[in-house]
Amino acid sequence: MSAENGSDGFVTFESVQKSYDGETLVVKDLNLSIARGEFLTMLGPSGSGKTTCLMMLAGFETATHGDIRLGGVSINNIPPHKRGIGMVFQNYALFPHMTVAENLSFPLEVRKLDKSEREQKVMRALDMVQMGEFGGRRPAQLSGGQQQRIALARALVFEPELVLMDEPLGALDKQLREHMQFEITKLAHDLGITTVYVTHDQTEALTMSDRVAVFNDGVIQQLAPPDELYEQPTSSFVAQFIGENNALHGEVQSIDGDVAVIKLNSGDLIDAKPVNVSNVGDKTMVSIRPERVEFNMSRLAEGSHTLKAEVLEFVYMGDTFRTRLRVADNDDFIVKTRNAPDQVRLKPGSTVDIGWMPSDCRALDA
Amino acid sequence: MTDVQASGPVLAADGRPLKRSLARALRRQKLRALMLIAPLLFFVAITFVIPIGSMLFRSIENNIVGDTLPETVLAIASWDSASGELPDEEVYAAFVRDMIVAVKNKTHTRLGSRLNYELAGISSMFRQSGRQVRKWDPVEDAPFRDKLIDVHKGWGEVSTWALIQTYSGPYTSGYFLNAVDLQLTPEGIKLQPEEKRILIKLFIRTLVMSLIITGACILLGYPVAWLLANLPTRKANLLLILVLLPFWTSLLVRTSAWKVMLQQQGVINDVLVWLGFVADDSRLIMINNQFGTIVAMTHILLPFMILPMFSVMQTIPPSYLRAAKSLGATNWTAFWRVYFPQSIPGIGAGCILVFILSIGYYITPEIVGGTKGVFISNRIAYHISSSLNWGLAAALGTILLVVVLMLYWAYDRIVGIDNVKLG
Ligand SMILES: Nc1ncnc2c1ncn2[C@@H]1O[C@H](COP(=O)(O)OP(=O)(O)OP(=O)(O)O)[C@@H](O)[C@H]1O
Ligand SMILES: [Mg+2]
Repeated sequence: MSAENGSDGFVTFESVQKSYDGETLVVKDLNLSIARGEFLTMLGPSGSGKTTCLMMLAGFETATHGDIRLGGVSINNIPPHKRGIGMVFQNYALFPHMTVAENLSFPLEVRKLDKSEREQKVMRALDMVQMGEFGGRRPAQLSGGQQQRIALARALVFEPELVLMDEPLGALDKQLREHMQFEITKLAHDLGITTVYVTHDQTEALTMSDRVAVFNDGVIQQLAPPDELYEQPTSSFVAQFIGENNALHGEVQSIDGDVAVIKLNSGDLIDAKPVNVSNVGDKTMVSIRPERVEFNMSRLAEGSHTLKAEVLEFVYMGDTFRTRLRVADNDDFIVKTRNAPDQVRLKPGSTVDIGWMPSDCRALDA
Repeated sequence: MTDVQASGPVLAADGRPLKRSLARALRRQKLRALMLIAPLLFFVAITFVIPIGSMLFRSIENNIVGDTLPETVLAIASWDSASGELPDEEVYAAFVRDMIVAVKNKTHTRLGSRLNYELAGISSMFRQSGRQVRKWDPVEDAPFRDKLIDVHKGWGEVSTWALIQTYSGPYTSGYFLNAVDLQLTPEGIKLQPEEKRILIKLFIRTLVMSLIITGACILLGYPVAWLLANLPTRKANLLLILVLLPFWTSLLVRTSAWKVMLQQQGVINDVLVWLGFVADDSRLIMINNQFGTIVAMTHILLPFMILPMFSVMQTIPPSYLRAAKSLGATNWTAFWRVYFPQSIPGIGAGCILVFILSIGYYITPEIVGGTKGVFISNRIAYHISSSLNWGLAAALGTILLVVVLMLYWAYDRIVGIDNVKLG
């Protein structure tokens, strides 16, 4: 299901720009291609332009520049109601004056389906989200999670090929969220629909998606499958935004193929994989995930650089230990270790040596 | 599950039944609440309950005949007006005795005016006779029958006495009958003479024109309210000020402005003539008729339609329309099936406000309505301040009140009063 950027995607954004006020670009040169059947998530901080992209795709905002294509056809001039795109809104937008069944039958009525066919499809859609008995209720008589399901069923009942969801789970509590995450992905994959999903919850993005587009400031910072995004961030923004990250600042001292030696601001030397540094002397931020830090020096390669670290805090979290260290003037260096029988529990105040595989430590832009 | 027994009253900590303790605690609260709203209750009683009650009472009250002619009323009770014969001398004597007292108290002219509502001309009979009767002695000058008939030949007509007999009770349905173009005659309830049958027509005209005004307000107000609710805040605020602007000018000024606009030598006619749509000698008559009233009142009541609509529309999130369109609805379908039904409570509230205001409106129809465009309230005002027939005015007011209540009830049955929202 991996799709390459190209013009053969089901949904294509081609150098799309958007400005609301004619002064600032909210979306700057967006290029994105989504394959048929793919589950793509747009992830990013508030105000980064995710909703704007979705609205342009749905037809409620017009692109200031560029081309948006659906199934190879440019849809810039097609009004929203002719695009045939299902949409789930953040506040669900279930029509309060209609019953659940009427809500679901609305898209079928405007498509002039006859009554028996409508009823059959509504029933099928309700069963699909396990809400078969609730057809006669008003939206106000449903819980948040139930409304969510109905909104989902309504977006799917007319069998669109593309479904857009703008933070559909934002209003739900954690447990329900996780349950719905699972159901939405399952439904999307079972029905084979293409889904564009907007969230600013990174866990949601990582667990649900085939690919994630990380937005910042109107630009896609990285577009990759979840594992790649987490393990191989290509910019300091993505490294910081996705998951927990330890950042150390320094300068490139030497580069030798896949390994660069970085001189930290504290003067310590470390090994890292050069990702977007190319020259000696470049300022860099190196990123190490908390679970990739090694205490056992014997696992490291001969001649690896190591650092002295002072233990500041030790937190027992059940399945893991979380230790806060002072490393190279950074007081907030977190290490996560698995709770295994042989795992040492570090005492606050003690000093340890730490190190890492150069491949786990990425030298990114400063 | 608990150790409280299912049967028997639940007891509070001090052993008294819980229900009674609760009632006591609540009673004190209620008393305090009552004291807090006592000034308001007092105000409402003074300004609403008592005036409306006294209006209702005045519309049936008819003590004036019995108070002014107490002996006559007693004496005439046994007379049969259908016999075609004049009452006995006894009745005439009683009448003269009553009149002597009444003339002394100067109440006979008032009675004359009262009976004049029912029989034109009787007022002058009372005034003329009063001047003569004053000089008579109730014992020495008897018998009176012929003397009275000499004073005014009206006292020799059966219908005069029949009228007094008909209206001798302390209560009468006469005002209400008059209010609906009927009259109470000695022979029973009859239609008013043709030329006096105007009130039913006025009632119907008031209702129909109020409906037209309400309809015009919906048509004009809905788009404005929609704009108000959907424009960016700054523009919407400006527009809101424009909507409220009329409230800053006196009602009289605004109505007079319409006179300037609509009269035959007015602005609109001038413009139409200048543009050549209308010939100079056939200028449109747009004032002092129903058209004038409808235009001016629609303008004046429009804010009362816009504001409730606006506050309801403001609560409809734009995402509903978007959702409808994303589901395949055209702009029109999305509006009609999704937006409009949710704005109905605002329309309902606006309609009730505008309709009830306009049904009792007085100033504007008075100024721009001429004779064809006046409302029932203008007639009420006329009876209160010019003809001084307060009983009829009260009956008309009561009927108006009942009509409004009935419409309100009908609205509740058809649309449901819960469906009215002011925001
Ligand atoms: N209708 C609008 N008019 C003017 N500016 C807008 C409008 N909608 C959004 N913006 C601006 O565009 C930028 C991007 O907004 P957008 O709603 O796309 O962000 P988002 O990524 O969806 O954020 P969030 O996670 O908070 O929903 C923001 O700076 C916002 O202020
Ligand atoms: Mg958003």
